[in-house]
Amino acid sequence: MLNTDYRDNVLTVFLSGEIDQHTGQTLRREIDSCTEALRPHLLCLDFSNVKFMDSSGIGLIMGRFRQMSLLGGRLKITNLPDNIKRIVMLSGVQTLGVLV
Amino acid sequence: MELKIPSRSINESFARSVAASFCLQLDPTIAELAEIKTAVSEAVTNCIVHAYDTPDGEIYIKAEITADNTLIIKVRDRGRGIDNIKQAMEPLFTTGGEERAGLGFAVMESFMDKVKVTSKPNKGTTVTLYKKFVRATNEKP
Ligand SMILES: Nc1ncnc2c1ncn2[C@@H]1O[C@H](COP(=O)(O)OP(=O)(O)OP(=O)(O)O)[C@@H](O)[C@H]1O
Ligand SMILES: [Mg+2]
Repeated sequence: MLNTDYRDNVLTVFLSGEIDQHTGQTLRREIDSCTEALRPHLLCLDFSNVKFMDSSGIGLIMGRFRQMSLLGGRLKITNLPDNIKRIVMLSGVQTLGVLV
Repeated sequence: MELKIPSRSINESFARSVAASFCLQLDPTIAELAEIKTAVSEAVTNCIVHAYDTPDGEIYIKAEITADNTLIIKVRDRGRGIDNIKQAMEPLFTTGGEERAGLGFAVMESFMDKVKVTSKPNKGTTVTLYKKFVRATNEKP
């Protein structure tokens, strides 16, 4: 179950735990069904409580960036813990302008 | 340490936890632990996603520590193999479609000291990860 908040056309998803290929598949399905139903102007992924993430999480971010563009919205990534910032910076997704 | 696990995505978390536990004897920093967990997660996930078409493939994980405090972790599958290893290791190269970043090897190379890949088409792939720990036990942290 996703922990979300939706107001003023902004959908915030509070991610938690470990994001890998296994958990990423479920997250992708749940997030996409939320954004398709709500059509938010902004999807905000909050990483405050994420303890681990590998490159599957980068794929998840890039995929949601694409998904939001298709829906005419934008994506933002917030509250990256230091240990996850490292892989995000390595990936270059910050060049998409998604980091807050 | 040797481990054989089925190629199911549920095992990714188990595999990286075992590798992290094994290297605790090297007294790693929190950052080093995170690097090892991530690199092992990348190697194991690749076996699950790319090597096999079915969830009952076998993944072999072997870890050892050499006399000079180098951690060596081998992750091996008997799956489809990689035709062009150089191309596979280039950042952003992926055969995994839109939901993959193509960054697994780049992450392994950045988080470990050395990554060695050997592969034979239809025989399988072996990824060997190396990390040297310089802090001797008698040194002050
Ligand atoms: N064990 C393996 N067996 C067969 N092919 C592999 C294996 N590992 C990697 N590959 C090939 O190498 C490519 C690059 O791997 P890499 O881990 O860098 O990226 P990815 O897995 O495609 O994406 P990401 O890791 O970012 O989710 C893969 O797309 C795949 O074609
Ligand atoms: Mg990969």
